[in-house]
Amino acid sequence: DQVFHIVPETLQQVQHLQHLCSTLLLDLWKPQLPEDIRAGEDLHIRVPAPLVQEVKDNLDHHMISYKVLIPDVQELVDQSMSKERSSHRQVPEGYVYTQYHPMEEIYQWMAQIQQSNSELVTQHYLGKTIENRTMYYLQISQPTNKTKKIIWMDCGIHAREWISPAFCQWFVKEILQNYKSDPKISRFLQNLDLYVLPVLNVDGYIYSWEKERLWRKNRSPHMNGTCYGTDLNRNFNSSWGSTGVSYNCSSETFCGSGPESEPETRAVAQFIERKKSDILCYLTIHSYGQYILTPYGFTTEPPSNNEELMLVAEKAAAALRGKYGTSYKVGSTSLILYSTSGSSQDWAHMIGIPFSYTFELRDNGTHGFVLPADQIQPTCEETM
Amino acid sequence: AAMELQPSHGLANQAAALVTGYLCYRRGSPGRGLALRSLRRARRQDIADVGHKYYLELVLEDVLDKDSTVNCTAEVLYHLGSKNTAPDVQFTLEGELKNTDEADNIFYNRIRSLEKELVAENIPDSHGNVPPEMEPIHRLAWVASGYVIWQNSTENTKFHLAQIKHVKQVKRSDEYLEFEYMILLHEMVSQEIIPWQVTVLWHPQHGVQVTQDSRQPKHTPE
Repeated sequence: DQVFHIVPETLQQVQHLQHLCSTLLLDLWKPQLPEDIRAGEDLHIRVPAPLVQEVKDNLDHHMISYKVLIPDVQELVDQSMSKERSSHRQVPEGYVYTQYHPMEEIYQWMAQIQQSNSELVTQHYLGKTIENRTMYYLQISQPTNKTKKIIWMDCGIHAREWISPAFCQWFVKEILQNYKSDPKISRFLQNLDLYVLPVLNVDGYIYSWEKERLWRKNRSPHMNGTCYGTDLNRNFNSSWGSTGVSYNCSSETFCGSGPESEPETRAVAQFIERKKSDILCYLTIHSYGQYILTPYGFTTEPPSNNEELMLVAEKAAAALRGKYGTSYKVGSTSLILYSTSGSSQDWAHMIGIPFSYTFELRDNGTHGFVLPADQIQPTCEETM
Repeated sequence: AAMELQPSHGLANQAAALVTGYLCYRRGSPGRGLALRSLRRARRQDIADVGHKYYLELVLEDVLDKDSTVNCTAEVLYHLGSKNTAPDVQFTLEGELKNTDEADNIFYNRIRSLEKELVAENIPDSHGNVPPEMEPIHRLAWVASGYVIWQNSTENTKFHLAQIKHVKQVKRSDEYLEFEYMILLHEMVSQEIIPWQVTVLWHPQHGVQVTQDSRQPKHTPE
């Protein structure tokens, strides 16, 4: 079935179209009644598939121009139906990557992903959060004899940045769906291992689902439980507490009682410290703002390999823009964003990991943290 | 002399966000939302004893038609010292913005014909969804938050409207519509979420007026 868009030009054309609609019993979408068809106004008619050619011939014969507004009505119906179905909570079999998922479902997804891709994926324990929840990362690794370099990516260090864990899940799915068929990805995996931590700040993420959507920090109690949360991305041991932080628990950028005071920070730091000689690249995913950030946040002094860092980042931004035209700004945190200290990106670089980047995903402020789910796909596709 | 800044520069983007807010206040309506598409060029000038001036070239997009963009040149003057004066903003738009009379009137008539005063919460919701009938209310909140952002911005802040926590219509005997909003503003540099109560009057022919606004305390966490 197709939907035609016609703008009748003369009274004669109007009369002819009215006649056509009533004799063929065509489904008028706009206007609702044949008597309301007017010259110069939009006419939308649904034509059943068996009649499409006849109607087209008829219109051509009468010199009535038309456009096909919807080439396949059934396809559109199917698409909108699957959106309806997915409003029920679904688990990995048919996991919906274009929707946001609560932590329970992400835990299930990780287990499922490992199960259905056991030749490539293993799930590992990283540590526990302050509220005693488990932090898991996924290791994507093609078994070979050689030791491979590692790329680490963590998402969800800030609870309200929901697009970030959504991206980590999307990323894993893309790799697993395409590693056999996409030569770039299979070459990638021959030489590199990927370690993905889909949700770093588990407690905070859950809190943003259940209590306060715009929560940022973790959930560690301070001052006898009268104040909660440390900003995990100010808690790392990289010029900790020097700039761009607050020492007050009620602030969103509270840096904690000391570097690595938080169990979540320690879990990540200890792991990366252990593996650092093999880690080539540290990526941490945030939102919003559309930035690719390089070290450092606590000083405008460029890192030793700044040229190379910037070159790679510029290439990434160009590739990203090539997809949907989304523009990302590239540069050091201290110059293009604001001063920070204790960030994971700075710390990773300081302990010797050469490539360390923070990605701030869509958007530019129009929706900010509350990015609609229909932007998950384009955001992830372009970032990929 | 004005110094050229990279379009990725933090200060330049902070000024651009201010201009966007101001533009939403001056040109926005329930039928029109404007967002920053990109910053093309930025210059900064230090004016002794006066303050810091920014010269910006930006591209804005129409929220209702992402392919429709308009170029804008703007000047922002942040006054030295005083935290109590709003920055001065001047702008020029290249070309015309799409006429929104029809959309504004439809919204106006719809609200006028409601039996009970409108009340709503959490726009957008946690998943970023805005019911279609709430979109004009959301855009009106952008206008109102544009005013608050303009009045409260400094060279070192970058505000965006994060969410409408609550909105209620206030009954009026004249032909104006009045809404009391509780909005949440996100300030990027401090990362704080700031609740703000704003009261807005609107009429399709007479435009927007912010009649009252007050910053609210952050609610005590549990």
